[in-house]
Amino acid sequence: MAIVTSSNKACSSNPLKMSQPIGGSFAFLGLRGAMPLLHGSQGCTSFGLTLFVRHFKEAVPLQTTAMSEVATVLGGYENVEQAILNIYNRTKPEIIGINSTGVTETKGDDVEAFIRLIRQKHPQLEKVPLVYVSTPDFKDAFQDGWERTVARVIEVLVDPVDAAAPRDLSRVNVLPGCHLTPGDLDELRTILEDFGLRPSFLPDIAGSLDGHIPDEFTPTTIGGIGVDEIATMGQAAWTIAIGAQMRRAAEAMQARTGVPFRLFERLCGLVPSDVFIASVSEISGKPVPPKYRRQRGQLADAMLDAHFHIGGRKLAIGAEPDLLFDISSMLYEMGAQLTAAVTTTASPVLERVRMGEVVIGDLEDLEELAKTRECDLLISHSHGRQAAARLNIPFYRAGFPMFDRLGAGHQMTVGYRGTRELIFDLANLIITDREDNRQPTPDTWRITDNGLHVVPPRPN
Amino acid sequence: MTSLSATIQGVFNEANCVENANKSAAARKKGCTKQAQPGGAVGGCAFDGAKIALQPFTDVAHLVHGPIACEGNSWDNRGSASSGSDLWRRSFTTDMQEIDVVFGGEKRLYKAIREIIRKYHPSAIFVYQTCVPAMIGDDIDAVCKIATAKCGRPVIPVNAPGFVGSKNLGNKLAGEALLRYVIGTQEPDYTTPYDINLIGEYNLSGEFWQVKPLLDELGIRVLSCISGDGRYRDVACSHRARAAMMVCSKSLINVASKMKERYGIPFFEGSFYGIQDSSESLREIARMLIERGAPAELMERTELTVAREEAKARAAIEFFKPRFAGKKVLLVTGGVKSWSVVAALQEAGLEIVGTSVKKSTMKDKERIQKVMGHDAHMIEDLTPREMYKMLKEAKADIMLSGGKSQFVALKTATPWLDINQERCHAYMGYLGIVKLMEEIDKALYNPIWDQLRKPAPWDDADVSWKAKSLAQVEVATVDVEPNLERVEKARGAKRSFRCQNLDLGVTKESVVALGSTTVDDIAQRTKAPDVCGASERAIVDMTAAQPTSTQQAAE
Repeated sequence: MAIVTSSNKACSSNPLKMSQPIGGSFAFLGLRGAMPLLHGSQGCTSFGLTLFVRHFKEAVPLQTTAMSEVATVLGGYENVEQAILNIYNRTKPEIIGINSTGVTETKGDDVEAFIRLIRQKHPQLEKVPLVYVSTPDFKDAFQDGWERTVARVIEVLVDPVDAAAPRDLSRVNVLPGCHLTPGDLDELRTILEDFGLRPSFLPDIAGSLDGHIPDEFTPTTIGGIGVDEIATMGQAAWTIAIGAQMRRAAEAMQARTGVPFRLFERLCGLVPSDVFIASVSEISGKPVPPKYRRQRGQLADAMLDAHFHIGGRKLAIGAEPDLLFDISSMLYEMGAQLTAAVTTTASPVLERVRMGEVVIGDLEDLEELAKTRECDLLISHSHGRQAAARLNIPFYRAGFPMFDRLGAGHQMTVGYRGTRELIFDLANLIITDREDNRQPTPDTWRITDNGLHVVPPRPN
Repeated sequence: MTSLSATIQGVFNEANCVENANKSAAARKKGCTKQAQPGGAVGGCAFDGAKIALQPFTDVAHLVHGPIACEGNSWDNRGSASSGSDLWRRSFTTDMQEIDVVFGGEKRLYKAIREIIRKYHPSAIFVYQTCVPAMIGDDIDAVCKIATAKCGRPVIPVNAPGFVGSKNLGNKLAGEALLRYVIGTQEPDYTTPYDINLIGEYNLSGEFWQVKPLLDELGIRVLSCISGDGRYRDVACSHRARAAMMVCSKSLINVASKMKERYGIPFFEGSFYGIQDSSESLREIARMLIERGAPAELMERTELTVAREEAKARAAIEFFKPRFAGKKVLLVTGGVKSWSVVAALQEAGLEIVGTSVKKSTMKDKERIQKVMGHDAHMIEDLTPREMYKMLKEAKADIMLSGGKSQFVALKTATPWLDINQERCHAYMGYLGIVKLMEEIDKALYNPIWDQLRKPAPWDDADVSWKAKSLAQVEVATVDVEPNLERVEKARGAKRSFRCQNLDLGVTKESVVALGSTTVDDIAQRTKAPDVCGASERAIVDMTAAQPTSTQQAAE
């Protein structure tokens, strides 16, 4: 339905997009005892590190091969070798995840070959999984880095299974997209466990970035899915993939182990939650617990209460494709008009966003569109706050990074409960804005020469 | 030698740097920062440093030429307040794509410059070079030159791609760009004998505004602040200042010393952190201006202001002294400003158990030695693991550091305060030091620490669930055959019921089993001589209802 266009500016101003390699590192952060390593200059890592720390308010392990000018020209074999040895000796990781960057991709370092050489030279590394993913900065975006990395982890670390072997019917694999928060993963875990299933999340950022306090200082990730558990994922009965970005990983899993998958492009909203719960009920062979029947009722009631406020709002949203599709679809179903949408990278779901046009662009594009089309609610990550302030419209923070508010890791949009919370938050924001900024004055309804101002009905 | 490596060599030849002067020519070539360790480094890169040093110029567009990582991942992460334009808060990048990497990104860069000028009319554009375009040979100097000529606006190349070195080197390369393309290119409308430059002051959280009123009062004009709340034109005119104060010696010493060389502007290294340092800096500014021709009465006025402000600040700090007595501080600032903060903390009666000197110069270390005397606990390099251990063992009551190490402290349930770049409070000048004390007090005395340090009830390693449940059985047995001491022991340190000294369970035991009827009797038996009014009433009620409670206990 939506036409996807690309902004043709030479200068990206106020970028919405973040780079592919740190999307890849983010995926590695959901693995237990992991040390993500960016093959590039020091800054490539330091910027990503700062970003994660500001978002999660947690210590984040992330290392660099610290490429100097000379090393970049001559090739980074020695830096990769030294980095791996240093990490291995100092932090004893259970896995080292390596992503390339723009610098090393421009040079053309063959890291897979480096790793083979390093393994030959240092037999002590034999048992340490080293997973490499190519993620140049000058292509694609954050979400793509996550997508590629998860798929690669499956290809390298999941043990192949004989298709005829019996499966563990109570086990499911969950492949969450990077638009889900630790809070979302916890909610999904609860739902699946309530149906008697045992889920393995890959990656499991809820395990590592939910803010728990470890007993001892650990230089690697302090939780997440273990390499041992990943290896056995082929024994599960089903794979549940969330977000269109996870199709590649789900297919990789199926190709390697024969585990069938169900892909849920959205989990925010009444209908997608119904589909999900019904699906889980089918997979598990268990009836829907009364808890979810009650939650469904609560969501329905929240929708009734909130539609007065959300209905008819002209919405500007800037987010990565899956998050954009998820939240904007829910709001469309609440009667909002999707008026301006900007995203970071191409994706098949963009065509299904229910509005005229989605722009692959930056926050400047979003701000301009929101201004000319008179949007009255702006949703994006924290960088969007400047635009919302200039436009003087309410601003809701969604996605990554969210550095100027607390609780980013626990914000929740999935299932009946998550949808309900999101709807209340948005409606309350709109109510507050009306109270603070939209009080009528004697001139509010004065008719001008232009005649009556009519809000056109939303296009279908 | 390429022009960039020539510039870098020039930076390393810094004559005014004490450390550099003591090095051999070969050692000097290597520069002052250690080569980053692959797999063991955390700091920023040269691009990061250059951007940090220049970003606080507020009416300038900062355009990053490179793939999305360099700017998309990093923008909007330092709060440097502006009294005018907010253009600096916008982010501009060429967001290089694969096709630019293959065919070169110069055209895209030129178009980007044009777009920015058309849309935002900046006073100037700073163009930052990053690794990828540097590798493929994009000549940003040439593009900037052409753009300056064609667009009629200064377009300044900042040649500091990440891989040439550390953040610190990047700061200095940014300084070189200013020296080469900006400083001295315009003339101020007028000058006064009271004109100074501030170099390496970034106005984070607007903290310089805590000091500026004092300068205003003295009639001292900040001709240019490099770079906090700075304007392009002011920097361009900064060569007409009479004197300069170098606030952060690590970042822009090359600018200060080359301005001295070229324009004869004397400078001193000072700080506005802490009472003594603030006063000394004000005096030094006055002294230098007088030396360069300002009337001598400036010093008298300065002394008056200093005396007044010091008295005010000291009076305010007095309040905190008893509250800080015996409290220990671990200071991990990255070293730069440790010495000025150390003095301030000591003034308030805090004991410093350690201060990191990882990034400090020899001079900084001498200063620390001077203020801290023989107990200077200087720590060269503290690994997170050691830091964690120190805090876990409660060797310090509070840690002051930058954001990167905050979780080490917080996760050990130790109070922590941000005194580095991401802080949200301003700590400069006399006002700022009082603010710092307020914040330390707030952190130290927050009631959360007691709650957080206590383990969850089920986490006591000495008591297993089995032992607990056996203890419960024991208590039930005791109910039948009372033995107050055992009961007390079994109940452990259970909290009292109404007043602090009286345990509800033990009281009940005493009333029910031993037939105590008077408050005094109970108080004595429960070893709680001071029974408060509320508890007394409760005991009376309990005694009155004794038959019922006996029955309940039996059930």
